[in-house]
Amino acid sequence: MSDAAEPIRARPARPRHPQRRAMRHGMIALALLGAVLAGAPLLPEGALSVDAAARALAPRPAHPLGTDLLGRDIAARTLAALAQSVQVGLLAAGASTLVALVLGLAATLGRAADHLVGGLTELALGLPHFVLLIMIAFAMGGGTAGVIVAVALTHWPRLSRVLRHEAQVIAASDYVAISRALGRSRLWVARHHLAPHLVPQIVAGFVVIFPHAILHEAGLSFIGLGIEPHLPSIGVMLAESLREIMAGHWWVAAAPGLGLMLVALIFERLGEALRRLSGPAGGTT
Amino acid sequence: MLTARDLAHAIGGRRILDGADLDLARGEVVGLGGPSGSGKTTLGRILAGRLAPDRGEIRLDGAIPAPARPGVPAPVQHAPQSAELAVDPRWPVRRILANGLPPDPEVLDALGVRTEWADRRPDQLSGGELARVSLARLFHPGLALLICDEITSQLDAIEQDRLLRALTRLCAGRRIAVLLISHAGALHARFCDRAMMLDGGRIVRPPGRARFPTGA
Repeated sequence: MSDAAEPIRARPARPRHPQRRAMRHGMIALALLGAVLAGAPLLPEGALSVDAAARALAPRPAHPLGTDLLGRDIAARTLAALAQSVQVGLLAAGASTLVALVLGLAATLGRAADHLVGGLTELALGLPHFVLLIMIAFAMGGGTAGVIVAVALTHWPRLSRVLRHEAQVIAASDYVAISRALGRSRLWVARHHLAPHLVPQIVAGFVVIFPHAILHEAGLSFIGLGIEPHLPSIGVMLAESLREIMAGHWWVAAAPGLGLMLVALIFERLGEALRRLSGPAGGTT
Repeated sequence: MLTARDLAHAIGGRRILDGADLDLARGEVVGLGGPSGSGKTTLGRILAGRLAPDRGEIRLDGAIPAPARPGVPAPVQHAPQSAELAVDPRWPVRRILANGLPPDPEVLDALGVRTEWADRRPDQLSGGELARVSLARLFHPGLALLICDEITSQLDAIEQDRLLRALTRLCAGRRIAVLLISHAGALHARFCDRAMMLDGGRIVRPPGRARFPTGA
């Protein structure tokens, strides 16, 4: 009750919890990502190889997540597959974010460019997502490169729309007009007004695209258009596990499935938190 | 000093201005009134060079006003209606004030901008404080005309009075002309040397009170 006597500060109440939560989620995501990426090369020699003596074993101390029909250790294979997926996801999400940024900024160049980008965005949003993905991956001849290009070319529209809108609002704002009247160049305005507003959106957009990229990589690999079958990949593992589930070997599907879900979920959470963080200070959304 | 001749402008097919003439002398405070939608803001934006008129010309000391260059702010500055929208929400006050040239301590003092605001962000200032910051950054040695578009409409009567009194005193000392756009006639009567009205896209003098008694 003694707090009640203190003068109330006139600063707007900005709860600190979202910031801390976002930080925590970010740390967890980065730690997980680092562990996956660093763990895969550290796997002992032969961890991914076929072992005829240890076929279709249920989880046990020697193989904590069991083995598949060819006697490969599921734990090691899942780790390697996740590392592969995360790498593909980072590349694909990065490329997609770049496309979104270029198109979003191009829309501010003029009316014609804006109409062109707007039409292209609507077109890409209107087409069924996965069908377009399959078509592009198929046209690229499958493989890792096909997955990266397909994800990059299908995931930019949402972020591009946000960036385009944001850039247009700022370009038309009173404070940009005043900066110009005070003698600031266009480049200076882009660097000091536009960039600080867009960077959080870009980071959040990238983090949101990332789990999509991983999931679609798995989906494409599952139907055989993605990563080559001899490479460890979540999609390939899940596709192979289909037959084994029939035989009651549930562990073959459980580890890659849960691993994929966990990575995707944590990044999704981080993206949400980042978006909420960048919202209030940005003035929009 | 500043003359505008035969300004005309249409927005979306509607004629906002239709042959508006305007003369402003150095150091005078002129009120511009008129009902909502009569084109006050449009005229302000055209005079500030933010909007190109369909027709007509503007001369500043006989020449076309030069656009701003790095290090040389424009001689005509425009203060928009809402100070909240006129500052970058991510910038601290220190940076907002130094946007044009390094801030002039005399201006900051006259407008009541306090040094302890320097590290605050716009959302940590009150409406009145932000209005002062927003105005203070527009002042520079080459300033000839300051267009204030309803800058006090979001302030209460006392704060409005304080701010405008400080502003007009500062501008009078520096021979800066002020165009005070407002539909509140009382404001004009109190602070302006003379007042004009926009009506039918032209500038007319309010009948019977072309000149206000000084003082009041």
